Amino acid sequence: MINRLANPARFMRVSGRALPWFGAVTALSLALGLYLALLVAPADYQQGETVRIMFVHVPAAWLALQTYLFVAIASAVALVWRHPLAEIAAQAAAPVGAAFTIVCLATGSLWGRPMWGTWWVWDARLTSVLVLLFLYLGYMALVNAFDDASRGARAGSVLALVGVVNLPIIKFSVDWWNTLHQPASLMRRGGPAIDASMLVPLLTMAAAFTLLFVWLLLVRMRTALNERKARALRQLAPGSRLAEPDAAPDRGAQPAMR
Amino acid sequence: MAGFLGLLRRDLQLALRQGGEIGLVLGFFVLAVVLFPFGVGPELEILRRIGAGIVWVAALLAAVLSLDRLFAADYADGSLDQIALVALPLEMAVIAKCAAHWVTTGLPLIVVSPLLAVLVDLDPAAIAVLIAGLAIGTPALSLFGAIAAALTLGARRPGVLSSLLVLPLYLPTLIFGTGAVEAALTGAGPRAHLLLLGAVTLAALPIATLAAAAALRQALD
Repeated sequence: MINRLANPARFMRVSGRALPWFGAVTALSLALGLYLALLVAPADYQQGETVRIMFVHVPAAWLALQTYLFVAIASAVALVWRHPLAEIAAQAAAPVGAAFTIVCLATGSLWGRPMWGTWWVWDARLTSVLVLLFLYLGYMALVNAFDDASRGARAGSVLALVGVVNLPIIKFSVDWWNTLHQPASLMRRGGPAIDASMLVPLLTMAAAFTLLFVWLLLVRMRTALNERKARALRQLAPGSRLAEPDAAPDRGAQPAMR
Repeated sequence: MAGFLGLLRRDLQLALRQGGEIGLVLGFFVLAVVLFPFGVGPELEILRRIGAGIVWVAALLAAVLSLDRLFAADYADGSLDQIALVALPLEMAVIAKCAAHWVTTGLPLIVVSPLLAVLVDLDPAAIAVLIAGLAIGTPALSLFGAIAAALTLGARRPGVLSSLLVLPLYLPTLIFGTGAVEAALTGAGPRAHLLLLGAVTLAALPIATLAAAAALRQALD
């Protein structure tokens, strides 16, 4: 399927048809997840209602990691197989991943203030997630630092692969350093340590966030491809109104291109 | 082997002829450390507590500032194209350039660090660990720096951009380098930290070599 969708025109057709459905499913799953998280899930016996931040904080953290993995894999595909859409996919996903990371850090900070008594602590996991944010920002800065867009894309691909070493550090940081952030509750030997009444809303929110990521990714990729098309058209018709999109429309004259 | 040594000798000769550059890096190193007593106050207890961190952070910043010397000049005048064309693999050329960079940046930092350790009133036991840590860790600074320097060839504002890219990569070296001094001061022994520091440097060798060579090939396309 990845090879079939390598043709940008076919990708635009398929994604254009799929996008409204994806949007609807995303909205529904977000609504369901929020309903479960805010109304159905029980309050924690120690933390009270504040525990509901977990249903946003943890899925955001998972998506931040998953998105970076997606960026790294797309970069590898771009470097090795030169898939035409791989670089576009990586560049489309990076700001979404950075946003998830910021949401994770912000909600974690808001959760930590009542729970731990501090907005921030230089705990291993918080520090490595902050480093993840810097990796995202560095990737976006590098891609946009070149006048030649394809050179920027290729440089960004190498950088994304170098930074992937941070992902296992984040995952295992709570095992290697026993500091403030709690250790793993889900992906551990012995199975999840969370009761089903909280596990189900958590996994629903995680699925909803994943669908949100896919929807945002498709929208951003389509936008990027449309921008490319617009740029190419402008170069094909210099001197026409299309070539100067910011110029005031000349109501009297005939347009050079329809 | 001859190509490797020849490239190494060429880079060393070029750097030593422009002796001012080594002096600039050292000057920045000393200045950065000297700034801290003005910032946090001259009390020796405080300076001693954060002294290892100050020296390490200043070493990192000095290394970051010297990165534009690694590839940019050769890229600008076409020597990098020649280096890429000879029989020496580009990866080996990267190692040769990093080695020359370390001799002209890392080594002076190590030599000057005891003086700066005295400025921040570091414990004598800790000074030896600081020097050992810098000796083990500064090659990693040159290696990871090579990735950032190679990626930003031809970019706008390469200096600032490569600092942003390389500082996350420097963090393990910084953490273990300062951790070793802390461990020496608390009596836990710096051995574990120094070994991990060595592991980071050894891991940097293949990662940085491959990534920097790939980035150089992209820049030369």
